[in-house]
Amino acid sequence: MSASSEKKNVALFVTCLVDLNRPSVGFAAIKLLEAAGCTIMVPETQTCCGQIAYNSGDKESAKTIAKAVIRAFEGFDYVVAPSGSCAGMIRHHYKELFEGDDTMMVAVEALSSRTYELTSFLHDVCGYKSEDVRMDTTLTYHDSCSSLREMKVRDQPRALLDGVDGLELKEAEDREACCGFGGTFCLKYSEISSAMVDTKIDNLLASGADTLAAGDLGCLMNIAGRLKRRGSDMKVLHVAEILAGMGDRPGLGEGDS
Amino acid sequence: MQVTSRRFKEGAHDALHDKNIQEAFSKVKSGFPLARAKSASELPEFEGLRDEARDLKNHILENLDYYLEYFEEQVQLQGGRVHWCSSYAEAREVVLHICRDANAKTVTKGKSMITEEMGLNDYLSEHGIEPIETDLGEYIIQLADEHPSHIIAPALHKTKDQVTELFHANHAKYGLNERLTDPQALVNEARSVLRDKYVAADVGITGANFLIAETGSTVIVTNEGNGDLTQSLPKTHIAVSSIEKVVPTLEDAGLFLRLLARSATGQEMSVYTTFSTGPKRMEDIDGPANFHVVLVDSGRSDLLGSDKQDLLRCLKCGACMNHCPVYQAVGGHTYGWVYPGPIGAALNPHMVGLEEARHLPNASTFCGRCEEVCPVRIPLPKIMRHWREQAFETQVTPKPERWGIGVWAYFAKRPKLYRLMTRISARTLKLMAGKKGVIRKLPLMKGWSSVRDFPAPEGATFMDQWKKQQREGK
Repeated sequence: MSASSEKKNVALFVTCLVDLNRPSVGFAAIKLLEAAGCTIMVPETQTCCGQIAYNSGDKESAKTIAKAVIRAFEGFDYVVAPSGSCAGMIRHHYKELFEGDDTMMVAVEALSSRTYELTSFLHDVCGYKSEDVRMDTTLTYHDSCSSLREMKVRDQPRALLDGVDGLELKEAEDREACCGFGGTFCLKYSEISSAMVDTKIDNLLASGADTLAAGDLGCLMNIAGRLKRRGSDMKVLHVAEILAGMGDRPGLGEGDS
Repeated sequence: MQVTSRRFKEGAHDALHDKNIQEAFSKVKSGFPLARAKSASELPEFEGLRDEARDLKNHILENLDYYLEYFEEQVQLQGGRVHWCSSYAEAREVVLHICRDANAKTVTKGKSMITEEMGLNDYLSEHGIEPIETDLGEYIIQLADEHPSHIIAPALHKTKDQVTELFHANHAKYGLNERLTDPQALVNEARSVLRDKYVAADVGITGANFLIAETGSTVIVTNEGNGDLTQSLPKTHIAVSSIEKVVPTLEDAGLFLRLLARSATGQEMSVYTTFSTGPKRMEDIDGPANFHVVLVDSGRSDLLGSDKQDLLRCLKCGACMNHCPVYQAVGGHTYGWVYPGPIGAALNPHMVGLEEARHLPNASTFCGRCEEVCPVRIPLPKIMRHWREQAFETQVTPKPERWGIGVWAYFAKRPKLYRLMTRISARTLKLMAGKKGVIRKLPLMKGWSSVRDFPAPEGATFMDQWKKQQREGK
């Protein structure tokens, strides 16, 4: 399955949401990365990428947290996150945080250039292809804004999903529109966020798909939470879970069965 | 105009429950973005032109004083006058003064955002001069005594039925008593009313999409031709413009024109692109006897050299709002000052104060669609983030928000404590959910739970499960 013979030394950036809410995504990521010929490490001192502070205007806290991330992830060939949002923060925004600080910038650039979103890393760097994975479902894919616009991830997850037996992709209208999550936005401006996620959900449901997948847990929790509130039974999974053959586990917001 | 940005949340609530507004703005979603995408895809060099336009605007802003003075010289050579105004008040006075010199009773107006900023219409009315908006959308909202809800489609929030009622109520005095419902008939009626106004007006006031330094020309683009009648029929033409509209040469204007209409409406060009260069010459068939350009700064030069200078590249095309999911949801008036959508969220805090406009740069998911379509690549999310930073530093951010971020950051900076907190949270939340898989009401998270269920965690954190696996040798 691996395209290269030499093992890549990869550090997993778990992300705070996966750590707290859906560890299976982390394990799915590890399974996929190992299958793609990587050796995985999970640095223990990681907490969060600092995006919450950064987007809330608390630049000093964001810097402190970023420095800890930079230290924790030193020395690996690659850093991979099952999230375009966190990967985008490390890859693009750390540079903005330390603009003008030449000493930090060396370490920042060393890290940012090695940081990837999971599906694009698997597809573009590892040349990974899905094999012997089956999920009988019709699926629609939500492009998270940071995956799409910051990390240029659009075709990679679809190419990987294409290799899943029994899976049929049904694209939704306006699939590049934001779902209304936006970190603390969905708490502070919940009415606007709710209108946005409703528009998104109307399009997802209209696609006729049974399952929704995306590469960012923030979007998925937002959409799944609203789907449940609306009484819909569309199944919601992280794309890594499907690719790792874990598509039969309960989706987000589904009880133990 | 009265600034109501402080009421953003309440305004959003009202707009989300207003059937007319929802209907009007839901049309933005499909209309403008599709048209823009199509016209951009038909011009292979479109992306390259955006880079060129960004770079040229940056060059102009670096040399703004030079190009403005160059422009003034050329206007004077053509027989016109340039008035430099540092504030709205000064600009209003200059315009009033010119109108009085012309013994003006009525003035016709082309569409102009800067005069909207200045509150010019109210000011002229208060001083006995009747302003008449001639752009159809502007005319409609003038009758309704409202402000634009979109910078290129000012009456976007008005339904056809509302226009029917407005015209019926306001046109009876011209002997037009029929209640028209056909859009074309409504347009024709407005046209017939406005024709007489053009002829009667003593002064015509327009904005300017560009000021061309090498020729001393002002340029406007319209789809109705109203601007041409406004500026060429009356004896006096006043072009009011903010200072950043200057471009070096005619050819440079061509570069921006290729981007402007495509980005705004998806047209290759607007229907009318009109260049005015000085007053009427001997050999000219028509044109104004007096030509004035009122240059307005009002805070713009303060942006030069700041972390928000890029805002001054704006062409006022409206693409950012056309593609903004927040704008599409809450409409234009919710933003509470002249500029709605992402450009308003990034610019208004500078123009009306951060404390007043604090919500605007915060009410964004940073989805990035605005920057993706901006013809001059203004990094709008980045500028909004700068405002958030400024709000945080100057304590404009409300205490509960600061406190929340502070608590979270305290843990995020301390991995061991963080592990403990997430361990407890994951377990507690799992217990709360039981077998249901969701938590209906999350404590302290009303914003989430008011509209969504919370998907329950698995119970043990990833880190704990991973360490356990490692200990057990998988």
